[in-house]
Amino acid sequence: MQQLSALQLAATAVLVLLAAALSLLLQLGIARSMLVAATRTVVQLLLVGTVLKTLYAHEAPWLTLLVMLAMLAAAAHETFSRQDRRFAGATAVALASLPVAMASILVSSAALATVHPAHLLSPQVAIPLFGIVLGNAMSSASVTLNTFTTALVRDRAAVEARLALGESRYAALGGIQRGAARNGMIPIINQMAAAGVITLPGMMTGQILAGMAPVEAAKYQIFVLFLLAGAAAIAVAATTYAAAWRATDPRHRLRLDRLRNT
Amino acid sequence: MLELLRLQRLQVGPVDLKVDAGTCVAIEGRSGSGKSVLLRMVADLDPHEGDAALEGRRCSQMPAPAWRRQVTYVAAASGWWHDTVAPHFADPAQLRAWLPRVGLPAEAADWEVARLSTGERQRLALLRAMTPHNRVLLLDEPTSGLDAETTAQVEALLHERLAAGTALVLVTHDPQQAARLAQQRYLLADGRLQENML
Repeated sequence: MQQLSALQLAATAVLVLLAAALSLLLQLGIARSMLVAATRTVVQLLLVGTVLKTLYAHEAPWLTLLVMLAMLAAAAHETFSRQDRRFAGATAVALASLPVAMASILVSSAALATVHPAHLLSPQVAIPLFGIVLGNAMSSASVTLNTFTTALVRDRAAVEARLALGESRYAALGGIQRGAARNGMIPIINQMAAAGVITLPGMMTGQILAGMAPVEAAKYQIFVLFLLAGAAAIAVAATTYAAAWRATDPRHRLRLDRLRNT
Repeated sequence: MLELLRLQRLQVGPVDLKVDAGTCVAIEGRSGSGKSVLLRMVADLDPHEGDAALEGRRCSQMPAPAWRRQVTYVAAASGWWHDTVAPHFADPAQLRAWLPRVGLPAEAADWEVARLSTGERQRLALLRAMTPHNRVLLLDEPTSGLDAETTAQVEALLHERLAAGTALVLVTHDPQQAARLAQQRYLLADGRLQENML
C-alpha cells in the first residue's frame, strides 16, 4: 500500500495557496472561503480517519450503528439547511430526513447483505459504504426538494387553475413532481455516463493510487455507482410524493401557507 | 341550486346565500373586501368554516374535484401549464367553435400561452371552465381587461349560459355590468353580504 508523507501532502497545499493568491489577484472574493474549505478538509478528514481507526480497533456493532446514526443526523441537517423554502414545523425535518434515511438504509443493508454477509456491521465495510450511499441520496433528495418547492411557488397559478377545474392534487402537481425528480436524478445519471470516459470516479482513483488492480477497482466502482443510482431513485421518489402530499390537503387544496421562506 | 351555508374564512363571513339555476348573483365591494376569498371558499380552494351545497348535495360530502368540476372558480389571473392553448381544453373542437364568440380567431387555439395578452387569457380561461360538467361559474372580474365591445360579446355568451341553466356568481367592479347580468346584487363590506339596491 502506497503511503503519503506529510511533506508530500504539504507540497499539494501549495496549489491551494496558489488558487487563493489568484483569487486575490483577480478580485474574485473567494480566497477566504477557499482557505477555510481547505482547512476544513484537512481537519475533518484527519478526524474521520482517527475515528475510523478507533472503530476498526474495537469492531463493536453498536459503535458502528452509533456512527451511522450520527451520519444520518448530519445528512438530515444538511438537507434541511440547503432548502430555500421549508415546510412549517416538524414536516421540514421529516421531509429532510426520512426519504434519505429510508433510501440509504435500504440500499446499503441490501448491498452489505449481498456482498459482505459476514461483515454486515463491520466498520471497515459498512461505514464507508453507508457513507457514500447516504451522501449521494442526500444530494439527490435536497435538489429534488428544492426544485419542487421553487417550482410550486413559481407555478402556483397553474396548479390552482388545474385544481379549480377539478383535477386531483396528484394530477395537478404531476408535472412539478416529475421535473423535481428529473433534477434529482440528473447528477447520478451524468456520473454513470461520464464514468471512465471524462472522469475517473474519485473512489476508483483513490483505490488505484492506493495500489489496487485497476479492473478490481473498476468492478467496485460499478457496484457503488449502481448502489448510488438505486438510493437516489428511492430518495427522489419518496421526496416528491411526501412533498406533494404535504403541499396539499385531503380536500385537494394547494397549501402554500405551509411553506416558509428561509 | 347553489346554497352557501355560513361560509367563513379570515375576515370574511359568515355568508349565507342562495343562487337559483339560470340566475346571476353579482358581488361588488372595495378592493381587499374579500370577494376573491369568498369565491375561493365556494370552490373549496382554501380551508374554511361552513359548507356549500349544490342541489342539496353538500360539498363536504363529495370529493373536492367532483365539486369543482360542477362549481368552477375562474380566477382573475389565470394559470396555464401547457405551451399552447388547445391542450388545456378537453374538447379542442368545441374551443375552436367558441373562440369567435369571444372575439378571438379560431387559430387562437394554437397560440403560445406565453404570448397571450391579459385579456386573451381571461377570455380563454372562461371558455376553459365552460365544460359539460359545469353547473355554477364563479367569475372573478371576468372582463376587467377587455374593451366595451369584447365585454359585450363575453356578456352575450354568459347570458346564453344562464339561459341554459348555469348559475353565475360574478365578482365585478363595474356596477353597469352587475346591472346587465345579475338578478340579485350584493355588496361585500366588513365581511358580510349586504343587499345592494343602489
